[in-house]
Amino acid sequence: MTQALALPTTRDEDWRYADAAWLAAADPAALAQWEDVRIAAGEARQVYRVLAADADGAGRVERLRVHVGAGGRFELAVVNAAGPYTRFEAAVTLERGAHFAFGGVTIGGGANVQEFVTRVIHAEPEATSQQIVRAVQWGRATGNFLGRIEVVRDAQKTDAEQNFRAILLEQGASANAKPELEIYADDVKCAHGAAIGALDQEAGFYMASRGIPPEVARKLLVRAFIADAFADVSDEAEQARLLDTALAALEGAAL
Amino acid sequence: MLKIDNLQAEVANKPILKGLSLDVKPGEIHAIMGPNGAGKSTLGYTLGGRPGYEVTGGSVDFAGQDLLALEPHERAAAGLFLGFQYPVEIPGVSFVQFLREALNAQRKTRGEEPLSGGDFLKLAREKAALLKLDMDMLKRPVNVGFSGGEKKRAEMVQMGILDPKFAVLDETDSGLDIDALRIVGEGINAIMRRPDKAVLLITHYQRLLDYVKPDVVHVLAGGRIVKSGGPELALELEREGYEAVVA
Repeated sequence: MTQALALPTTRDEDWRYADAAWLAAADPAALAQWEDVRIAAGEARQVYRVLAADADGAGRVERLRVHVGAGGRFELAVVNAAGPYTRFEAAVTLERGAHFAFGGVTIGGGANVQEFVTRVIHAEPEATSQQIVRAVQWGRATGNFLGRIEVVRDAQKTDAEQNFRAILLEQGASANAKPELEIYADDVKCAHGAAIGALDQEAGFYMASRGIPPEVARKLLVRAFIADAFADVSDEAEQARLLDTALAALEGAAL
Repeated sequence: MLKIDNLQAEVANKPILKGLSLDVKPGEIHAIMGPNGAGKSTLGYTLGGRPGYEVTGGSVDFAGQDLLALEPHERAAAGLFLGFQYPVEIPGVSFVQFLREALNAQRKTRGEEPLSGGDFLKLAREKAALLKLDMDMLKRPVNVGFSGGEKKRAEMVQMGILDPKFAVLDETDSGLDIDALRIVGEGINAIMRRPDKAVLLITHYQRLLDYVKPDVVHVLAGGRIVKSGGPELALELEREGYEAVVA
């Protein structure tokens, strides 16, 4: 017996900032797919992804479901520079003492909607997670971070942190943060923060006064801003590649 | 070198400079003194082209160029340096990277070849030594975690590296202890005291002028120069206060 898969809509909490028109035309089966990864106890794994501008501009949804065994470490870094709608989802379950580090950057203009949706489940005590997302948008583009942290009962000594900052380079661009904390243990540390602003104009003039043209100043400032997200990427060559790929998206911008 | 004629400028629709004229010739050091709110910093920012500082009248000729027609970064490439009263912190961008970008951007605007990484570091090391600033500090993010005095010395290191024709130094002496004041004063002399360069020192106090002897001292009040004289004018101001001298 087959059951028709329902398409999500922007009335669903997890899809509230999605591109409604794109969703309406999407293939329900494709949207329902997950890529599964299991990380054994004590193992460390890195996943680096770049969602670069599609040649056909089709947009996409990527979903990654990860189970991290006791004492394991999972490091995830993603550049989301595509459109018109690109969504990267990660659902990560942490066993005792496991660690999850996530760095994400959305960067784009036009009418692109770029988002990260994470769900981190602290299923056992002493697990830690740190998520840093940076958004750089211009034109009428939107950058979103929907981050959910679940701490189950008895997952004591959980330490979970989530930080989102966005820079809007032009009026008309936007960013949305939707942190959600669901905590059923009492001895835990959970922190989240979000800030949305413009590029530092004081720094821009200071750079200009030294002879740095505006487009170079912008690139330096954006690089410094998004570098936070990839500061903990353990592979230096990958770190540089992620930064360069993200900045390449800015270079095409007519600002 | 810098000829300001009847300059008028406003900030947030409030007139601050009300017909300021000044002529600084190559080889000269001029000091501008004046009470708070006279327009000293506005003069510096207006010359630098800071957004929000709107010129409503007058002209500024810089070595034969219309300075006010240039973008801020083009003014720097033309040889203007603005020393900030409050240098800006830029997290995530190292001084070395910042200054190398700046120097090579200026060279590019002037049609010169970029300086190699090795040559740049050599130059930076030399200028840092001149201002007795630890070279390791230049590897840190721009001005982040620097004390007030370190920021001012770093400003002078920047001036040394960028080698401008003309420097406007806005209260470079504020926040300096006695030793740092001497180091900064000697740095200004070493970098800028040359027949083909000139300096405009904006200051509240006589003390920097003990180290950097001005050729001309001006008193700025109410948005214009109300009195000019030799170095003795600065001493007179220090002794008797602005009110007595300006009246």
